[in-house]
Amino acid sequence: MASRDDIKFLSNPKIGGRRKKYCRFKRYGIKYIDYKDPDFLLTFVNEQGKILPRRITGNSLKYQRKIGTAIKRARHLAMLPYLTDLLK
Amino acid sequence: MRNYETTFVVDPVLSTEDIKSTAQTYVNGLQGEGCEIVFVDEMGLRTLAYDINKRSNGVYYSIEYTAPDGAFLRNYELGMKRDERILRFLTVSLNKYGVQYNADKRAGKIGKAKRKKQEKPAKNEPAAHGVSRKKADSPKLSGVPSGDAESFKEEE
Repeated sequence: MASRDDIKFLSNPKIGGRRKKYCRFKRYGIKYIDYKDPDFLLTFVNEQGKILPRRITGNSLKYQRKIGTAIKRARHLAMLPYLTDLLK
Repeated sequence: MRNYETTFVVDPVLSTEDIKSTAQTYVNGLQGEGCEIVFVDEMGLRTLAYDINKRSNGVYYSIEYTAPDGAFLRNYELGMKRDERILRFLTVSLNKYGVQYNADKRAGKIGKAKRKKQEKPAKNEPAAHGVSRKKADSPKLSGVPSGDAESFKEEE
């Protein structure tokens, strides 16, 4: 007979568990977001070049605003596209 | 004193000397206004994300400087707007974090910090000012390294 302790390992407890989202800028102490670094900003846009919402990136409001500003600046300087397909 | 940063894109069709002299004009213009140049970053030839004036490439320059006040910027930017050699420009004022970030970047701290972080993501250690970049999955937008300006022209 399987005791209660054995049953615990029948399925991997990590599968299906949701990882908590966090703001990477707060966690790693990043204070400034460079608009001249399109590779980094690419992580915050979708395939069409749209800015990803906070509920997906997990950024805090303060840094989401800064990300938005940085992406818009990068777009003006043609480092990121305003609209496109298959960006990634 | 305020810290500013002006980034502009020069038309790549010009000859190499013309491109350099254009950038130098604006550096000198700032010095004439009593600004102190901190650093002139020649970011080199990059592919534009979209065409501007039928150009698909541009030579990027970024000047970081301190100015006594922002009054001169009006005329300075007007000059850039009227200059046909300049495709795009952007002036931003930097806060203390921006200044620190640029200083760290020049010292080469930021690229290295990024690599360490990828190997071992330290949870509770706040990195100084390093931006944790992910590896660039798409090399599409990564700029052509500077110095290729001439070879590029030969292709055209």
